[in-house]
Amino acid sequence: MSDQAHAGPGAKAAPYWMTGPGVIFFIALLGAPMMMTFLLSLHSYDFTLGIQDDWTLANYIEVLGDPYFHKIFGRTFGLALLVTVICVAIGAPEAYVLSRLSNPWKSVFLLVVLGPLLISVVVRTLGWALFFGGNGVLTMTAQALGFGEEPVSLMFTFTGMTIALVHVLVPFMVISIWAALQKIDPQSEDAALTLGASKFTTLRRITLPQAMPGILSGSIIVFALTASAFATPAIIGGRRMKVVATAAYDEYLSTLNWPLGATIAILLLVANIAIIVSYNQLVERRFAKVFE
Amino acid sequence: MSFLTLESLNKQFGDFTAVKGLDLSIEKGEFISLLGPSGCGKTTTLQMIAGLLTPTNGRILLDGKDISHTPPNKRGLGIVFQSYALFPHMTATENVAFGLEMRSVGKAERLERARAALKQVKLDQFADRYPKQMSGGQRQRVALARALVIEPPVLLLDEPLSNLDAKLREDMRMELRLLQQDIGVTTILVTHDQEEALSMSDRIVVMKEGQMEQLASPLELYEHPRNTFVSDFVGKTNLIRATAHANDAAGAHVLVDGEMITLPGHSLEEGRDLTISIRPEKFHMSDDASGHEVEVRAAIFLGSSWLYRVSSKMGDLFITQPNNGSAGYKKGQSAYVRWSQDAVTLFEEGK
Ligand SMILES: Nc1ncnc2c1ncn2[C@@H]1O[C@H](COP(=O)(O)OP(=O)(O)OP(=O)(O)O)[C@@H](O)[C@H]1O
Ligand SMILES: [Mg+2]
Repeated sequence: MSDQAHAGPGAKAAPYWMTGPGVIFFIALLGAPMMMTFLLSLHSYDFTLGIQDDWTLANYIEVLGDPYFHKIFGRTFGLALLVTVICVAIGAPEAYVLSRLSNPWKSVFLLVVLGPLLISVVVRTLGWALFFGGNGVLTMTAQALGFGEEPVSLMFTFTGMTIALVHVLVPFMVISIWAALQKIDPQSEDAALTLGASKFTTLRRITLPQAMPGILSGSIIVFALTASAFATPAIIGGRRMKVVATAAYDEYLSTLNWPLGATIAILLLVANIAIIVSYNQLVERRFAKVFE
Repeated sequence: MSFLTLESLNKQFGDFTAVKGLDLSIEKGEFISLLGPSGCGKTTTLQMIAGLLTPTNGRILLDGKDISHTPPNKRGLGIVFQSYALFPHMTATENVAFGLEMRSVGKAERLERARAALKQVKLDQFADRYPKQMSGGQRQRVALARALVIEPPVLLLDEPLSNLDAKLREDMRMELRLLQQDIGVTTILVTHDQEEALSMSDRIVVMKEGQMEQLASPLELYEHPRNTFVSDFVGKTNLIRATAHANDAAGAHVLVDGEMITLPGHSLEEGRDLTISIRPEKFHMSDDASGHEVEVRAAIFLGSSWLYRVSSKMGDLFITQPNNGSAGYKKGQSAYVRWSQDAVTLFEEGK
């Protein structure tokens, strides 16, 4: 991967030049707001006087020391973990079946799987809200089946958020695993069969390990997107089931404590990066020798 | 009785017939090659024997038992795929030990046998490497060790040498043949490389469009190809037009470029157009004005021999002459070629 195709002066600089515009774009549009958020988080806030001109770590100390925030952070990453695990459980078989289909079924089902991505997250989540609500489809079904007269509502519950987020994010997992499955040499499965492995053993010992890079990268995507998800937790979880993103939003818009909101946002970012980077390194160390 | 028998084996993909009525009997310990151009159904045949494809018609018998419908994991044949199909997430040792593990061989014995198999293919120092960390030739040998370690009754090789460079390929031919004779495993090699087939096999099956064209030993195939297809595909040859002239006790007399040659054992209708084949190395080329005049169009030095392309009244010919240390002919030079009568193979079909 690192071989230098063209020698000579300037050749080494070429990649930098070529990525330059992208980097500038990235810095301007992402780096600058992030930096401003970070600086904002270092100011203190007074309910009567507003944002102060001082420099302090008080906001960080407050968030890190408050059990209320501990709970929100815990819930967020618990949610992210759970959604990731469920997405793997659903996405892996789905991707496998998809990779075994031949056209035209393959195209049809790929469209079915990816279709949800074409609809706005907000619209999809509102759909779930109708479904979950106190007099929604779920309640009516439960009542019709005789599970009691109480309305079954999943609104403002952890379960409801989990289901809605899995629905939103599972296509990412499927795409990621599917891409990995496409790269597998089908003859390696044939080889396992001729060596005496059953179909199931072949799936478990040959196919699954080779799909692992896809599962792991899909997990990173789903985890990161869940941990920072806003729309779905805001609609399904609401005020009662806050996650970090909605908590930050509330600090900004309800309490108007912008510095505290910025602090929460920065902490979410840092935690997310820390988790993903260490996970990625674990993966790299495990697979560097095995896969390109 | 033969060890592996294919009985009028057929394979159809939709309305396309990839293999048509293949009959073949293979003796125990024999090395058979399936030789033919790309797309002639070699891999399809091999995969049917391995159980990865189900024949549309016909039977496969192994040691007297019909295995046509036995699943591949119950056949226990060793197969080396063209892409090697190593398991990328396992080391060389783990790759080789996999088949033993599937046979419930204990861990210690499994490792020991895997290492022994790797040693057999001279890879013992690479036992702990992953496929990605090995060269093409090394991967090829891991694949071979993986197929051999399960002590299969039949070893199936699908173009195992085609991804290797020329030098390595020649070395591996010899190694593979020696190893096969050592172990005595019945082997079927699929190849489109006639040199490979000629140098390794006991017998060669030449295939064309799903059918067997000829089944013969390498020498027989080379010296007595049954038709122009085989003769052209196996080794280089020159196909030359000729006309039947007369028959008598000595055989058929045939006119080639003004020279009368006799083909013993033939009797041909007078005036008929024929095709004869003469191998490039069967020509004798000299400056003496006897035989057929040719003009050298191109001369290529191959080390042990010279390869000439010459033009003559018989058309363009390929001629090889052993290198005896002299400078050889140059482009544009004239020379004379002769051949002995037994160098000529006759095909009754017109060209
Ligand atoms: N699954 C399939 N569906 C339809 N046609 C197929 C299939 N597999 C092979 N064929 C066709 O059958 C013919 C024989 O294929 P096969 O792979 O046996 O060729 P081959 O002799 O091994 O050629 P090569 O030297 O290129 O590997 C080809 O024309 C191919 O297109
Ligand atoms: Mg093939």
